[in-house]
Amino acid sequence: MTESSHDALKAGSAGGVSLGSDPVGVPASAGAELSAESGVDLKARSQWSYVRMRFLRHRLAVVSLVVLLLIALVGVFAPQLAPYGYDEINLEATVQKPTLEGWHLFGTDQLGRDYLSRVMFGIRTSLWVAVMVAVLATLIGTIVGAVAGYYAGQVDNLLMRLTDLFLTVPGLAVLLTASVFFGSGDPFKTGIILALLLWTAVARIVRGLFLSLREKEFVEAAKAAGAGDIRIMLRHILPNCVGPIVVFMTLIVAAAILIEAALSFLGFGIQPPNAALGGLIDDGQEQGLETWWLVTFPGLVIVLIALCINFVGDGLRDALDPTQRRVRG
Amino acid sequence: MADPVLSIKNLTVEFDTEDGVVHAVTDVSYDLHPGEILGIVGESGSGKSVSVMSMLGLIPQPPGRIAQGEALYKGEDLLKLPKRRLREIRGGEIAMIFQDPMTSLNPVLTIGDQIGEAIKVHNPGTSDAKAEKRTIELLELVGVPSAERRVKQYPHEFSGGMRQRGMIAMAIANNPSVLIADEPTTALDVTIQAQIVEVLKAAQSETHAATILITHDLGLIAELADRVVVMYAGRVVELSDVFALFKQPGHPYTVGLMNSLPRVDIDQARLEPIPGQPPSLVHRPPGCAFHPRCQLSQGRALCRSDIPPLRPFAGGEAAAHSTACHFAEELIALQAGIREAEPVG
Repeated sequence: MTESSHDALKAGSAGGVSLGSDPVGVPASAGAELSAESGVDLKARSQWSYVRMRFLRHRLAVVSLVVLLLIALVGVFAPQLAPYGYDEINLEATVQKPTLEGWHLFGTDQLGRDYLSRVMFGIRTSLWVAVMVAVLATLIGTIVGAVAGYYAGQVDNLLMRLTDLFLTVPGLAVLLTASVFFGSGDPFKTGIILALLLWTAVARIVRGLFLSLREKEFVEAAKAAGAGDIRIMLRHILPNCVGPIVVFMTLIVAAAILIEAALSFLGFGIQPPNAALGGLIDDGQEQGLETWWLVTFPGLVIVLIALCINFVGDGLRDALDPTQRRVRG
Repeated sequence: MADPVLSIKNLTVEFDTEDGVVHAVTDVSYDLHPGEILGIVGESGSGKSVSVMSMLGLIPQPPGRIAQGEALYKGEDLLKLPKRRLREIRGGEIAMIFQDPMTSLNPVLTIGDQIGEAIKVHNPGTSDAKAEKRTIELLELVGVPSAERRVKQYPHEFSGGMRQRGMIAMAIANNPSVLIADEPTTALDVTIQAQIVEVLKAAQSETHAATILITHDLGLIAELADRVVVMYAGRVVELSDVFALFKQPGHPYTVGLMNSLPRVDIDQARLEPIPGQPPSLVHRPPGCAFHPRCQLSQGRALCRSDIPPLRPFAGGEAAAHSTACHFAEELIALQAGIREAEPVG
């Protein structure tokens, strides 16, 4: 728009064409007072403040989130918090039951490594792999799903058959093969392979959302306003999908932790002396049932993390459901 | 008269469906002159919206197909433009107001974001602050109270009438030369409709945009339009100056539309609907598509065999009054009779 027409419009709104709320017959300021008197809350409330309110009502989800954050903090600050190094061998204190002596709260293994410290570092590794997997898988899945759903037709067909292809591949077999090929033990590589297996579900969900949202009138309106494809996808459709995508991301975090644990348990995941939760259980079960603490503690942590993430996901799903507008704080 | 800003010529749009080819718009021509409001009236499915959407490239293709015709906007044929240029025109030079403000605004973006975006798409490099300032001006222009606060709100915090004001603000954001209002008041209740009509009038006088007003509400046409295109089954059946049309309709379908309206100036026992159903657009009746429902036709063979061309209406007062009825002139004589017979019905 040119500067002059801009000015013309401004002049119009200020001067003669007093469109401003004239049809209502109330000047703008009086309108505001009126609504204030009648108790109508005109405060701008963002989508996210509603989401926050609804999430906070979900007790279990809030508790889970707190627990999860604590666990994550333990992982992040493991080097500072752990009483021992994760590969610190102490041959004078091998195979000890959980004891206060030397603060081996989770006991020690056959090399005398402190299991509490190893679990802490295990959380660090497992969580970082899981989060990386979730972010990567969500990213790939969202891109593929968005393009497929938005353009529909042939593009959709092609991309979805590709997705099907990935879905038909038996995941565990690929993982085992890949770890042989690329070498196992590197958390980063394991994460990438996991992401390549887990993006398909996201792609399907995002595709479905895009397919239905592209027919919405506000998309047509955006097109009529001159917006291009990329803009419509990123700015108009994607924000409408955030809820389901975030929820699914939490589920992937949980799934990644469990799969990584299974993989490590089979001996193909992250290798010692690196500590990952699944690997710790694997180490532990080799010692037999006598040393129950070597299996139990890392196992409990895995269960706790997976449970908490699922509860948080549940809470988020409810909170992000825009049809639940009734909750008012 | 000045050159038309928009000129649609022989536009034919078809949709391929499983039941056959739907002839949504057939051989439609009309001109839009600078500054005027052109009303397009017709029942649901008469091709009102499709004729407009297709020229902006907003119908899905396939299944839609523009079989022939051109849509000249200031000399450029919109139907042949590259996508990029068409996108510049959409929302910039030709803007659109949609029917349902409840669904045409994105629920996850604030009103300010959405109007601001319309500005920024067509003026790359506009700063956020400048866009917001302009957005507030626009909202004030269309009568949204406390606009500074309202820009930061989401569509669900707006009432229907306020949302439609927002849509209008968005449409006039770039000072378009053509404004298309697709049933702008249909989704609103009557009291709000009256307000929106005022806003539309003011928006039009503000931007001087030539306006196409698509509606099935003859009252709205009488209120706003300068000229009228009446469509039936995808064809233009009557084209006239608005005063001439209401004084002496030149097509039995238009007469039927008017008779189906409640009137305050005569005593009516009941409204008189047009008998029958709108025709299937896949298998249109041969000849004049309106003949099975026409009270004038009386089963005459010509109506069933020949498609009436759009021709000057002899009975019309204005020179620019055309009709697509073989026997339109009989209406003049009949009109008085129908009026008198009405209260009996």
